[in-house]
Amino acid sequence: MTGAPLIEVEDLRIDLDNGSGKVPAAEGVSFRIDRGETFGLVGESGCGKSISALALIGLLRQPLSIGAGAIRFDGREIQGLSAAEQRALRGNRIAMIFQEPMTALNPVSPVGRQIAEMFVLHKGKSWREANQLAVEALASVRVSAPERRVKDYPHQLSGGMRQRVMIAIALACGPDLLIADEPTTALDVTVQAEIIELMRNLCAERGTAILMISHDLGLVANVCRRVAVMYAGRIVEERGSADIFRAPSHPYTQGLVASLPRLGSRAALGRNRLKEIAGVVPAITNFPDGCRFNPRCTQATDICRTVAPTADFLEAGGLVRCHHHA
Amino acid sequence: MKLRANLIIGGALFALAIVVGLLAPWLAHTDPVLDANLMNAEEPPSWTWWFGTDGQGRDIYSRVVYGARISLTVGIVSQLINSVIGVGLGLSAGYWGGWWDDVVNGLTNLMLAIPSLIFALAIMAVLGPGLTSLLIALGLTNWSFTCRIARASALSLKSQGYVQAATVLGYGDLRIMITQLLPNMLGPIIVIGTLGMGSAVLSEAALSFLGLGVRPPFPSWGSMLSEARDQITTAPWLSVFPGLAIFLTVLGLNLLGDGLRDILDPQSRSRRS
Ligand SMILES: Nc1ncnc2c1ncn2[C@@H]1O[C@H](COP(=O)(O)OP(=O)(O)O)[C@@H](O)[C@H]1O
Ligand code: SF4
Ligand SMILES: [Mg+2]
Repeated sequence: MTGAPLIEVEDLRIDLDNGSGKVPAAEGVSFRIDRGETFGLVGESGCGKSISALALIGLLRQPLSIGAGAIRFDGREIQGLSAAEQRALRGNRIAMIFQEPMTALNPVSPVGRQIAEMFVLHKGKSWREANQLAVEALASVRVSAPERRVKDYPHQLSGGMRQRVMIAIALACGPDLLIADEPTTALDVTVQAEIIELMRNLCAERGTAILMISHDLGLVANVCRRVAVMYAGRIVEERGSADIFRAPSHPYTQGLVASLPRLGSRAALGRNRLKEIAGVVPAITNFPDGCRFNPRCTQATDICRTVAPTADFLEAGGLVRCHHHA
Repeated sequence: MKLRANLIIGGALFALAIVVGLLAPWLAHTDPVLDANLMNAEEPPSWTWWFGTDGQGRDIYSRVVYGARISLTVGIVSQLINSVIGVGLGLSAGYWGGWWDDVVNGLTNLMLAIPSLIFALAIMAVLGPGLTSLLIALGLTNWSFTCRIARASALSLKSQGYVQAATVLGYGDLRIMITQLLPNMLGPIIVIGTLGMGSAVLSEAALSFLGLGVRPPFPSWGSMLSEARDQITTAPWLSVFPGLAIFLTVLGLNLLGDGLRDILDPQSRSRRS
């Protein structure tokens, strides 16, 4: 793809103020997403995916803050924007959907109103127009009888239905980027597949880029053209999805791929596949010296325990952060 | 079921008071102020004079009926003022935190430290007696509980997924407070408001009793009690009926508040969803 990237993250460091001082919760995070592209961020729980996403939309709050690096959206530095300018981007040009469709909707407001509010807020529509657009938005996420459903309250809807509503809200203003943070983790597997399919189709139709965040490499690789794998606050490998599956470079990614069940048996095995890499993720305050994966890595040598590996750019495109990568 | 009884009896008593106040011109037998006739002075309750007459021969029933207007106006309007102040301060303090929260907390503690009736008395002393002064005095002095509840609700609600989602969707602070926080804390606010109306009715009676509220000859239940003070042994009906009216209205509001608490309780609400 040509032209300026839609979003460009450069050497981002996120600091966590733990009372006695700042520790980096994520560092050296760099990636770019082009218009209409699908990009995945994968890693175990707590590795820094969600805080990176929040940084993108300017929503890191105490005790977290951006320590270094730059985030450019459509060529403009996010941190340089005023609060009002940032607000005008959020929900309008960058939208986000969450893991928990049960709690992400206001329980005392009809879902149609919550969709309509987006048109009022960002597009200056009157409530009458906005309500009409809300019905259309609900129809576009394949909710049947949308003109009746708009009057429903969240508790009247199933989890899958609520996630559809969330997608309708997120895509209401035709954003350039949709950030989906574990969008289906709380849903059961069949509904999961439907929601992912819906999200992917709608974004493809509208040219909306997706940043998909998940602990599930299989899921992400399925949806996204490129994938970045994160471990303990650092991106350890970034490749085309197909490449990562065929020939993972980083020992951690190799572990992830090896622990993925073969096609078809995924549902049966549930979500704890990552446990198959021996050991646990280190705590932020307790990152090991050198390569942060070294205590769990089967290929670790002395240099791994003292020197942090830098990013190596691969010939086939992408990068990997390992002294002994394949 | 006990909960329902609260709600029904309380609601009925409050509704009765409102209807009486609204329909006062049709329900009253005589004009509460002008129809004085010394020929009928201090008549005990009878078929003609349901609640008896006072020393000037005015019909107590008609005065009690008109008195409902004052008591309810004061109860409802002053509590509305309190609710708006309390919600405005508490909600913003809980949501924003920081120095604003400290300021609001300080103010709330100050209000809680001074008995609100004493505070209202002081304001009345400055403003002088009358209905408007009464509304201002009672409207400015009883918001601390509402404020506390609004603040606590805002604090707990602001970490809810839908409040965070609203931030991510580009909602401004004001929009978040009005669309996401306020509707979700309305239950307890309404309960406190209902109970607060009851206490405002009592405060009105107390201030009027002290001669600082609504001035005679216009009837309020409190001023009627005040006027009846000297005849409490010779003409007890002068005190009994306005007293009963206060008692039933306040009882009604308290029962209603309790009943509403039972159905608006956040726990039962979340069970439903
Ligand atoms: N508000 C916060 N306060 C303190 N620590 C936080 C906060 N948010 C995230 N963290 C820490 O930052 C790290 C990364 O969190 P997160 O980005 O949520 O992980 P995930 O990859 O599971 O989305 C975790 O160790 C987490 O404990
Ligand atoms: S740098 Fe060393 S410890 Fe780290 S992943 Fe590579 S081989 Fe393993
Ligand atoms: Mg997360």
